[in-house]
Amino acid sequence: MKVMIIGCGRVGALTAAELDRRGEKVTVVDDDARAFGRLPTTFGGVTVRGTGTDEDVLRGAGAELSDVLMALTEGDNRNALAAQLGKHTFGIPRVIAKINDPLRAQAYRSLGLETICRTSMLSDALVTAAIEGAGATEFVEEPTAEPLRGGPAHDSPAHQEARGAIQAEEEDA
Amino acid sequence: MYVVVIGGGTVGFYLTRELLAAGHEVVIIEEDPHRAREIADELGSIVVANDGCEGRYQGEAGMARADVVAAVTGDDAVNLAACQVAKMRFNVPRAIARVNNPKHEHLFRQLAIDETISPTRTILGVIEHGIPVHDLLHLTELEGGELQIVEAHLTDDSPVIGKELREVDLPTGTTLAVLIRDEHAIPTRPETRLRTGDRLLAVTSGEHEDELRGLLIGE
Repeated sequence: MKVMIIGCGRVGALTAAELDRRGEKVTVVDDDARAFGRLPTTFGGVTVRGTGTDEDVLRGAGAELSDVLMALTEGDNRNALAAQLGKHTFGIPRVIAKINDPLRAQAYRSLGLETICRTSMLSDALVTAAIEGAGATEFVEEPTAEPLRGGPAHDSPAHQEARGAIQAEEEDA
Repeated sequence: MYVVVIGGGTVGFYLTRELLAAGHEVVIIEEDPHRAREIADELGSIVVANDGCEGRYQGEAGMARADVVAAVTGDDAVNLAACQVAKMRFNVPRAIARVNNPKHEHLFRQLAIDETISPTRTILGVIEHGIPVHDLLHLTELEGGELQIVEAHLTDDSPVIGKELREVDLPTGTTLAVLIRDEHAIPTRPETRLRTGDRLLAVTSGEHEDELRGLLIGE
């Protein structure tokens, strides 16, 4: 499957890296070449420096042959434009736009775009976690250790242990 | 008429000022609070200082009773989003978008933006008219871009020089509209013989443009 990702921010880079790891053909477009630094060194996909809302840039990056386009920049408007270019100009079968304003996300869905809304996802997960506990949602993660109780934090066994480890390391050095 | 202008840059500001002078009712939405204050100082309290793509602020600007929305920022993504929100949530009858990248025009029309204005294309057109070109000039688009009115300037190299119009085998769906000779428009008759310097205006579709170019201008 050929996937085109617009925007190499935290979300774009993580999504690109994971799809690449799973063997999909990934192309990432960002207008700032430094953004590609967020990709792991093992990333085997293609990076294209250019404006993700420019028809020529998208065509050059292979939009016509893409199976999926994901618009994941920080701007709702830019994502909506890139997604609609993908859908209407290039006929990409699936386009997903990250739209952080829930009302606008709803409007774009009525125009045939798939949307992902960080605000709704977070609030859904948090409401579930509040009512049913963190275990009820895969997005809110349980703590990895028991909270420190009784006495000042630096006297706790966990803290003593950590301090011991640091001292041992300093002595080694 | 009640007009909502999105974007208080140079274009938005002067557009609003001219509309007010012409007696229209206008509200302008400008996101930058500093710029919004400047506009309010000059034009009065007709400024909503907020994001013009958000339904809430469009509502505040009275979009529900607007006759026209004109999105004229320097950012095509904003102009498209603002027009789409105005159309979808407020059913504004006419949405006009400034299009900075001329290649977006077709997409915007496809997405129910009623009218697009591309300064880039306009200036390009003026420049192309000022210098001799060996190509078809695009004058305007019809039927949402399906049909085009183009102009061919015939030079000595044109394959049709000396031919009568009835001998010119036009591509399917292409019509010659008018012939301009010595600054006069003359009707296209079958017996009209083509000369160097003639300008032909034709209506054609995108797919037959190349064929028409080869026929009238040559390779």
